[in-house]
Amino acid sequence: MIITRQKPFESILKELEGSSRVFLVGCGECATLCETGGTEQVKEMADALTKNGKEVTGSIVLEVGCHELDAKKDFRAHKKEIESADALLIMSCGAGCQAARDATEKPVFPANDTLFLGNVMRYGQFEEKCRLCGECVLDLTGGICPVTRCHKGILNGPCGGTNNGKCEVDPENDCAWTLIYQQLEREGKLEKMKEYRPPKNWNAVVKPGKHVIERKKGGDSDA
Amino acid sequence: MLEIKHAKPSIEEILNSGKFLVTGEIGPPKGSEITEMIHHIDLLKDKVHAMNITDNQSSVMRYPSLATAILIKERGGEPNLQVTCRDRNRLAIQADLLFAYTRGIRSVLCLTGDSIPVGDHKDAKPVFDIESVQLLHLIRTMEEGRDVGGNELNEPVKFFKGAIVTPEAQPIEPQLIKFEKKVEAGAQWFQTQAIYDMNNFEKFMKFARKYPVKIQAGLVLLVGAGMAKYMNANVPGVFVPDELIQEMASSEKGKAIDTGIRIMARQIKQIREYGLADGVHIMAIGKEDLVPKILEEAEIDISEL
Repeated sequence: MIITRQKPFESILKELEGSSRVFLVGCGECATLCETGGTEQVKEMADALTKNGKEVTGSIVLEVGCHELDAKKDFRAHKKEIESADALLIMSCGAGCQAARDATEKPVFPANDTLFLGNVMRYGQFEEKCRLCGECVLDLTGGICPVTRCHKGILNGPCGGTNNGKCEVDPENDCAWTLIYQQLEREGKLEKMKEYRPPKNWNAVVKPGKHVIERKKGGDSDA
Repeated sequence: MLEIKHAKPSIEEILNSGKFLVTGEIGPPKGSEITEMIHHIDLLKDKVHAMNITDNQSSVMRYPSLATAILIKERGGEPNLQVTCRDRNRLAIQADLLFAYTRGIRSVLCLTGDSIPVGDHKDAKPVFDIESVQLLHLIRTMEEGRDVGGNELNEPVKFFKGAIVTPEAQPIEPQLIKFEKKVEAGAQWFQTQAIYDMNNFEKFMKFARKYPVKIQAGLVLLVGAGMAKYMNANVPGVFVPDELIQEMASSEKGKAIDTGIRIMARQIKQIREYGLADGVHIMAIGKEDLVPKILEEAEIDISEL
């Protein structure tokens, strides 16, 4: 899931300078779980903005904030409230904010900072384990990603900053290469670690990424 | 091809002749005032076989390593160019290597580089397009006449390729695998991270001697018992044994630095006498002025080796 953190309220007010009427948009997926754009947070935001002299013309929590077609459809259902607003405040991730961008001509502003693609460790705790590099190496590394979990993204083993299984940059973080070593040893596959890994193709997905699922012709796909 | 005059023998020539290799280190300054650095270069150029030049050490922006290497060359010393992968991608690194080669740089120490957050530009984008093992491999590819994109070079380069290893890393096994990978990727000699415990170092050398590479023991000058304790607590892969900390602590007031010099000189003698390694790399970190004194106490005069 996409992990987000709400910007400081003062920053949000600064973004909204000159916009006295605001429409709020939340997201029912990631931002709800991150408590940055669920029904409750949208309500709290409406109260806070009202207290600060803004008029909230309305709000919606989209089912999926980054679904562009649905966003357009749902915006049409709130046409009046959106039309009467000076700006929209988007309480989801950067992708959601830009889905809103394409669903209205009104100014849109982000309420959140978008942090990373995160695994849910427990309620309200997230960790990044995948960097979306476009060329998965997990088959070679015991299912532990060095591109993401090694601070330097090293592909050929630990650096000198490895510290009793922790990373020198953040002692809270495990050294990915210690984990990889331990896992490959358990599997009896240490030879995988000994193999040279050439420089990575950092353009496996050329920015900005685009992907279309190829459908088999004459297949029974319901697309 | 340009004809380049070399004032000094290369690191490769020293090691191949069986001589005990003694290198020092130059840390470029922050700013354009380089008089003091030039003073250090002049002080060391005839006292050590070669000088490492750190590359934005500890991720702190400084005068460039490549420019300093050329300066050392111009002043009649022998540089060992440190190249890290933190600040340059593969295009920039290869271009720098072409430049270095045409200016007579013959030795390159290949490092991944410290991480950005430990330095003084914490908002900078870390590059790490490649890392140390890949850098060694990249140089070998360039020596074969191609760049890493697979394109032909109009003339290949040739370097003596160095790497580093941390004999005190915990756990050690993954570190040793990386050592092996560096050898396979083309490393011809190694400088170690600071070592202080000679028994541990001997154990590491038993492993390292199985490979066709030369090893220099890395020695960092202790300036006080506090520094030793600090490194034990905060610098991964560095271990100062208790007896050395006590030796430092028992120094007369204001004389701790003399004890540090004595310890390092003793260790250099020991390494040389017992053939524990093929040389030493002296890191006096900011106290380069003291290197001649250390060498004198260690009874090392490179003109007589």
